Amino acid sequence: MTAPGAYRRERLDRGIKVRSDDIFALAGWAELVYLAGPRVAAAVLLLVFPLLRNWTGDYWQTVFLVAVAMMLAAVSWAFLENVGLVSLGHSLFFGAGGYLTAIAVLDLRLPPLLAVVCGTVVAAAGCGVLLGPVLRLRGVYFSLVTFALPLLFARVIEATKILGGTEGLAGIPGLGSLEARQYLLVVGLLVATFGLQRLLDSDYGLVLHAIRDNDLSVRASGIPVGWWKFGAVVVGALPATLAGAVLATHYHVVGMSAFALDYSVLPLTAAVLGGPGTMAGAAVGAALLVPLSELLRAFGTLRVVAYCAVLVLALVSVPEGLFSLVRRRYHQFERWVPL
Amino acid sequence: MPELLTVLVYGLVQAAVLLLVALGFSVTFGLSGIPNFSHGGVYILSGFVCWFSLRKLGWPYPLAVAASVAVAAAVGLLVYAAVIRPVRRLVLAEVIATFAVGVAMLELFRWMGLVTYEFNLPPVVAGSVALGEVVVDAHRLVVVASAAGLGLALWWFGRATRTGLALRAMAQEEYTALSLGIREDRMAALSVVLGSALAAVAAVLVLPLGLISINLGYDAMLVALAVTVTGGTERTAGLVLAALLLGLATVVASVVIGPHWSEVVYLAAIVAVLAVRPSGILGRLKELEERV
Amino acid sequence: MVDRVSKQFGGVRAVDGVSLEVRPGEALGIIGPNGSGKTTLVNLITGFVRPDNGRVLFRGVDIAKSSVEARVRMGIARSFQTPRPFYRLPAFRNVIIPLCSRRARERLGSGFGRREEVALDLLEEVGFERDAAAVTKPASELPHGYLKRLELARCLALDPQLLLLDELFSGMSPAETASLIPLLLRLVQEGRSLVLVEHRLAELFQVVGRVVVLDFGRKIAEGHPAEVMTREEVRRAYLGGEVSASA
Repeated sequence: MTAPGAYRRERLDRGIKVRSDDIFALAGWAELVYLAGPRVAAAVLLLVFPLLRNWTGDYWQTVFLVAVAMMLAAVSWAFLENVGLVSLGHSLFFGAGGYLTAIAVLDLRLPPLLAVVCGTVVAAAGCGVLLGPVLRLRGVYFSLVTFALPLLFARVIEATKILGGTEGLAGIPGLGSLEARQYLLVVGLLVATFGLQRLLDSDYGLVLHAIRDNDLSVRASGIPVGWWKFGAVVVGALPATLAGAVLATHYHVVGMSAFALDYSVLPLTAAVLGGPGTMAGAAVGAALLVPLSELLRAFGTLRVVAYCAVLVLALVSVPEGLFSLVRRRYHQFERWVPL
Repeated sequence: MPELLTVLVYGLVQAAVLLLVALGFSVTFGLSGIPNFSHGGVYILSGFVCWFSLRKLGWPYPLAVAASVAVAAAVGLLVYAAVIRPVRRLVLAEVIATFAVGVAMLELFRWMGLVTYEFNLPPVVAGSVALGEVVVDAHRLVVVASAAGLGLALWWFGRATRTGLALRAMAQEEYTALSLGIREDRMAALSVVLGSALAAVAAVLVLPLGLISINLGYDAMLVALAVTVTGGTERTAGLVLAALLLGLATVVASVVIGPHWSEVVYLAAIVAVLAVRPSGILGRLKELEERV
Repeated sequence: MVDRVSKQFGGVRAVDGVSLEVRPGEALGIIGPNGSGKTTLVNLITGFVRPDNGRVLFRGVDIAKSSVEARVRMGIARSFQTPRPFYRLPAFRNVIIPLCSRRARERLGSGFGRREEVALDLLEEVGFERDAAAVTKPASELPHGYLKRLELARCLALDPQLLLLDELFSGMSPAETASLIPLLLRLVQEGRSLVLVEHRLAELFQVVGRVVVLDFGRKIAEGHPAEVMTREEVRRAYLGGEVSASA
């Protein structure tokens, strides 16, 4: 017999998690809210923020747009990292999306929305083709080449004066209103975050993990490793090229700065800080970093230095990432229950 | 054919420059498998250290050079101990961490405003020499000679000295090397220190050809990547050959098509080599096993 | 069928003009001392190495230049001498990988959740007990004998018509091999072709009706196991090498 009034501690998720981390048994609304709450709250926040324009002012709405774009880039980075491909030049995807959208709308005279869609898809496929040869090699070579490509593109554009040279391609018509662009990115972000995570958790994600582990056995299992990796790069590039495409229509211009280091370092830092293992973690990291970096705007390139410092610190001290850390804590919440 | 001779001579000089700039990176990568992306940062840092010792402290030239090599080596050691060691064996984390350090260094210099015309280094030897009908300044010849000398020295180091052999053993068969009593941690640290010191040597020799500018740090990384990927990491001869090919190709491209096309050559070289011979022009890596 | 294939590595002729044939429903053993070219031959047949010359025929089609994946799709599967599992994945997920291949999808469809069921069945077939802890353990924590059986399960997932097993029995206990032999015999009875590269002759001879002996990349003998082992050249090739009927 225990004394009345005696309590013991019990984990909140006890009884919800049955077998493993991803199979749940729900027994009521409270538990549903406990589990789905954070996701729904994040989605609602993203969907509602653009409606608060009168309250926040245009400046923070633009910051929001940029933040969502960077969240997309970070999700894209995290997906590729999960497949064992660490990109050091995410601005490659970003810039490709922007430039191709500009070409589609300026030279091919496509309507803006169609141009964004075409630019996004063609840029992702093009980057896949460009990176194809590297995919046969060890992962390090992917990093080497993604580091080199955006730098080289910027130099080549500067030297040969193609694609508007240093001036860039200007006069891109805006894509609807600010809200339209925001919602396009938000929807893209939600689809990318949950879709890519779902993909990684499926059997196809399993194959991608296996390729990272040991590609000989994957080939012996009858799976064409090259094509799978190519597919992963194209799918993984899509969020980043979308971000580049939409931001190009937002600024009405795309220039060499689209290939700048900032767009490579920020998604990387965001994903590593937030938690490289999960898509949501990467998005959370970017959501934290972009507003912070807006506050540091006055410091110029010192911001990049700050990102790098954060990056090294996060890598060395919180290798699992903030998101995973918080998520683990969330699932370890305890309550007092009577014995 | 004086033009042909000019192209040849300047191609050779360019090749020497490429080799010098790439050596540090590829030595570290080849010996311990650490892709040290802070190479470009260390390269520019060494240039500034040399400049500072000469111009601000008024040190004699040899002392300034020694200082810059020493600082670079110390920074290499620091980078290894503080950043690489905690994530050692996680190759992709090594890439990210060293990349962050390199970018942080370069962007810090940019923020500090170290981008004016006063930042230049003196040549090792002044004056110029006529080679037949082509006039070359003596410093460029020093660059060629040092590149050749360093190439030979490294080849000898890897082949004939205990440390060199240990490092090569490490790169090829880690566990066997461990069982032979080779100390992994020390060897890896040594490879990074050696690579950083070589970056300083390259800076002192190559930077006098122009001004010190931040973007040269990124260029140095590009060059290092292009030469390393083209030449493969197994043999010094591969690197030399890659530097020669790329050097000539860039000079030819800038003469025939126009200046600024050298970057296109690097890009083409990287993409072509990776597509056709992924282990480099002289590479003989086992076809399948290495592609993990 | 393999017709006069050769492969040179540097100056070494790893496989030198070897021809052999396996019929459906037949098990063939390949034996020979270390370095005699057995594994290279397996690599040539499965496409991991391309032959310098010669033909590799499968059901009358020359596949010498086909990719590994294309050959798997035609029904050729192989195990690796040293197990190469996906160390970070649980055992049953290891088997899901081949079930995602085109060949398996054509057979099973891409139904959701079905693969797990099939994978568990396959593991049971090779001697993992269903729901035993081993099934859900990461492969990195499994003992060697289990990894070998995992290799076999991965091959069976591809429903192979020609199955090449590279030293499947090495490192297994007698009890483990004894439990696998009936499975191999059944595969042959189902009309599949089996090629076993093996050092453990006693076990091998329980499965195969014919052996090919390789030495220095050449075929030096072929025929019924008991008869082949009495031949002078075979005995000479094995002298000094390891004669391991039971090791």
